[in-house]
Amino acid sequence: MLPGWLIVGASFAYLLLLFAVAYFGDRRADAGRSVIDNPWVFSLSLAVYCTAWTYFGSVGRAASGGPWFLPTYLGPTLGLTLAWLVVLKMIRIARSYRVTSIADFVASRYGKSHLLGGLVTLIAVVGIVPYIALQLKAISSGYALLVGEHDPLFRIESQAGWWQDGTLYIALALAAFTVLFGTRHLDTTERHEGMVAAIAFESVVKLFAFLAVGIYVTYWLYDGFGDLYARAAAVPELHRLLAFDGAGRLGYGGWFAHVLLAMLSIIFLPRQFQIAVVENVNEQHLRRATWVFPAYLLAINIFVIPIAIGGLLHFGRGTVDPDTFVLTLPLAHGQSALALLVFIGGLSAATGMVIVEAIALSTMVCNDLVMPMLLRSRRLDLARERDLTGLLLGIRRGAIVVLLLLGYLYFRLAGEAYALVSIGLISFAAVAQFAPVVIGGMYWRGGTREGALAGLLAGFAVWVYTLLLPSFAKSGWLDPGFLEHGVLGLEWLKPEQLFGLTGLDNISHALFWSLLANIGCYVAVSMLRVPTGPEATQGALFVDVFRSGAAAPASFWRTGAEAGELVPLVARFLGQRRTEEAFGAYARSHGLQQVSELKADPELVHFAETLLAGAIGSASARVMVSTVVQAEPLGLGEVMDILDEASQVRAYSHKLEEKSRALEAATAELRAANERLKELDRLKDDFMSSVTHELRTPLTSIRALSEMMLDDPDIDVEDRQRFLGIIVSEAVRLSRLVNQVLDMAKIESGHAEWHNTDIDLCELVRHSGDATLQLFRDRGAELHLHLPESVPTLRADHDRLLQVMLNLLSNAAKFVPTGSGRVDVTLSCDGERLRVAVKDNGPGIEPAQQPVVFEKFRQGGDERSRPQGTGLGLPISRQIVEHFGGRLWLESVPGEGATFSFELPLKSAAGEG
Amino acid sequence: MRKGLAGQRLVAVFIAGLVLLNYPILSLFDRPQTVLGLPLLHVYLFSVWVALILVVAWIVERGAR
Repeated sequence: MLPGWLIVGASFAYLLLLFAVAYFGDRRADAGRSVIDNPWVFSLSLAVYCTAWTYFGSVGRAASGGPWFLPTYLGPTLGLTLAWLVVLKMIRIARSYRVTSIADFVASRYGKSHLLGGLVTLIAVVGIVPYIALQLKAISSGYALLVGEHDPLFRIESQAGWWQDGTLYIALALAAFTVLFGTRHLDTTERHEGMVAAIAFESVVKLFAFLAVGIYVTYWLYDGFGDLYARAAAVPELHRLLAFDGAGRLGYGGWFAHVLLAMLSIIFLPRQFQIAVVENVNEQHLRRATWVFPAYLLAINIFVIPIAIGGLLHFGRGTVDPDTFVLTLPLAHGQSALALLVFIGGLSAATGMVIVEAIALSTMVCNDLVMPMLLRSRRLDLARERDLTGLLLGIRRGAIVVLLLLGYLYFRLAGEAYALVSIGLISFAAVAQFAPVVIGGMYWRGGTREGALAGLLAGFAVWVYTLLLPSFAKSGWLDPGFLEHGVLGLEWLKPEQLFGLTGLDNISHALFWSLLANIGCYVAVSMLRVPTGPEATQGALFVDVFRSGAAAPASFWRTGAEAGELVPLVARFLGQRRTEEAFGAYARSHGLQQVSELKADPELVHFAETLLAGAIGSASARVMVSTVVQAEPLGLGEVMDILDEASQVRAYSHKLEEKSRALEAATAELRAANERLKELDRLKDDFMSSVTHELRTPLTSIRALSEMMLDDPDIDVEDRQRFLGIIVSEAVRLSRLVNQVLDMAKIESGHAEWHNTDIDLCELVRHSGDATLQLFRDRGAELHLHLPESVPTLRADHDRLLQVMLNLLSNAAKFVPTGSGRVDVTLSCDGERLRVAVKDNGPGIEPAQQPVVFEKFRQGGDERSRPQGTGLGLPISRQIVEHFGGRLWLESVPGEGATFSFELPLKSAAGEG
Repeated sequence: MRKGLAGQRLVAVFIAGLVLLNYPILSLFDRPQTVLGLPLLHVYLFSVWVALILVVAWIVERGAR
């Protein structure tokens, strides 16, 4: 039992301390030595997540459901592991485009739409004001417990009139604090250093107070965790708290839904967005927060179950409200000082939430609800007003006071109603509706304004129907009949079993249907049409925020304005001094001395718009700037440019791929060419050595015989005649060889001369047979010619073809066995080409040797049995035949002779020439 | 490179946490056994929680160097 003046005094002393901390933070910020530029302070300020609802309510939920209070904290732990990906992107977007609230974020993303900003604001206000009321209720009932306005079961007996109600004064004091530190001046970044410092301080206080009561209950009243659990296990009705779902209400699906819900709310609650994104000083702080903040949550939850068990053991179930165990346990044991500390902890949890939420909501209300209306109303001619900073600040301050009074009013009206007690998770479910449009907006370019509107409206409507209205009904404000029977008696419309879906608790049920409707409408409606210019532009800016970096999308405003008009416009909203500072810095960064030297290029207009966006929201800023800049919206071409950025990159990479493929092909070609050159080089070397070898043999014999005759003048005439005969024949062979080599070289290099005439191949074959007749006779062989009556004439070089025939016949003559040789020459015509086959009955050629015989200086057979010859005859023949478009080939079975054939087309390009 | 790796690790931790803290893994630990006098389920939940925090701390602080 504590005297009221002491509690009120302590509370206001605490609030004064808060003022001092905030004042200190602001002073340090003005001096340029920020206290909140520190990852630990950032992590602690995130703990504004833990409100009075969690401070008192966790124990209550643990007392009824065992581990079921945990999803609210496991969700953020999991969610923050992704913060480095998702929240970082939000911070970068918010910083680049001066987004100052979640409503502005959504409005800005979908083409700077007033309507969307207003809708998000509305959802946030509807979802959050009862939550503020809950904080006030926590303070109020805590106060009532401490001063002893309760029966022995700690039920609060009476409520005083509103003028006597301390809660009202607390609410007013909080409003004053928020006004002082939340709207001290208009800032383009909406950062409130003092306020953040105070929030971080409050997080320390509430953690300390909760740990104090936890340690007191666990180790003072009882003998540690083991003792408490052992006692709980002994009591049957406490035993079920130790199992997963002792109450049997929710199931694993519900567990997952609660984890998901908390995961979303850690990002999308307006106060979390304010602290994590808007107030973030340095994005690197987020890195440490990803584990420090979960560690904070862990610390503040360690003693929740022990306190719940301790309270239930001491009071028994169904007597004292478990939500108050943290206060009533110390009170029941006469520890008034500890109870006061716990009350202060709860106060800090409540005030922290109220302050940040009020700032976040007031920014939204001002920028996305009131400003657009003012801009639209014709009576208030904004364009003529001189200085609007006062008006803006006034709107925000008014919004804060109104919000807090609304919260107080709701608290007074709702009292103990279900609608208030259960609002924590209900309001989580409301803000979860922002998730699809925000996350979709950050990663998907296709979202449109109508899509976002449809998704938000559908999700919000389902939320109202499945959660808010039932909570009103359970509070007795509506006829609870529709819970049982559905609207108009339609069973499938029962709000907590929509379409007959059962097996989920009301929160999971509502979350499922609302997110389904939300995402479904968002995606489906977005896909009805392609994004318009502004939507596509903003989509590209948001999705590619990491890529675009510092490059300003300057192409937004195309027609130049007067710099002299822009500066006053911004000054009307930001104040003269700040505006001059901002434009001065901008001018210096562009290497100019004076603001007046600035040219109003699109970049400057964009800069001015961004400055304004920080103060009045992006949508309103667009409208204001357009009053002085004759805005030409982006041309189709420019929109296509932005849109096509990705496809350009893709095209570039495609080109690169093609080029590298082409390079690879070229490399392969070069390698092949190189191989061929090497081969040719080798062939040339072989050729040279073969030629010299072939030349040396006759030369050697000529030289030897000549020397003999020179050395010995007495050699008799007969021998001399013989030697001279050999010398002559060797010289003939030598000159034939040289001729053939020259011939070959000419043909190969294409310098040979061709004298084409019309040739009768029959006549040519007969002629060649006559010419070689003596050769066959010498070998004792027979030559048979098989010629048709007549064949079409052919246009070719007569002498060359005769050369081919003679070569083939002399070859055949060389290889047929002496005495029994037989050579058959067959000429045939198939209408298009003429074919000559020369068949002998010699030893034939091994398959491995067959390609070799057409190579230069390579004769068939082994070295010794090789007959006379240069080894150039067949290669030259083949060259000649191929010159006329024909081919020369060999068929042979070893032991059965060989057939050399060639074919010539009747019409060939070379023959025409 | 380092940043990309840290991002992948965080996503992996997120998925691991989601699996460990939900059905069906969670149901394996919902049995009337005790560890050092504490119920298995509570010990499991808090252990996974602590492990998640430690792993995340290791990932982000390592990347910060």
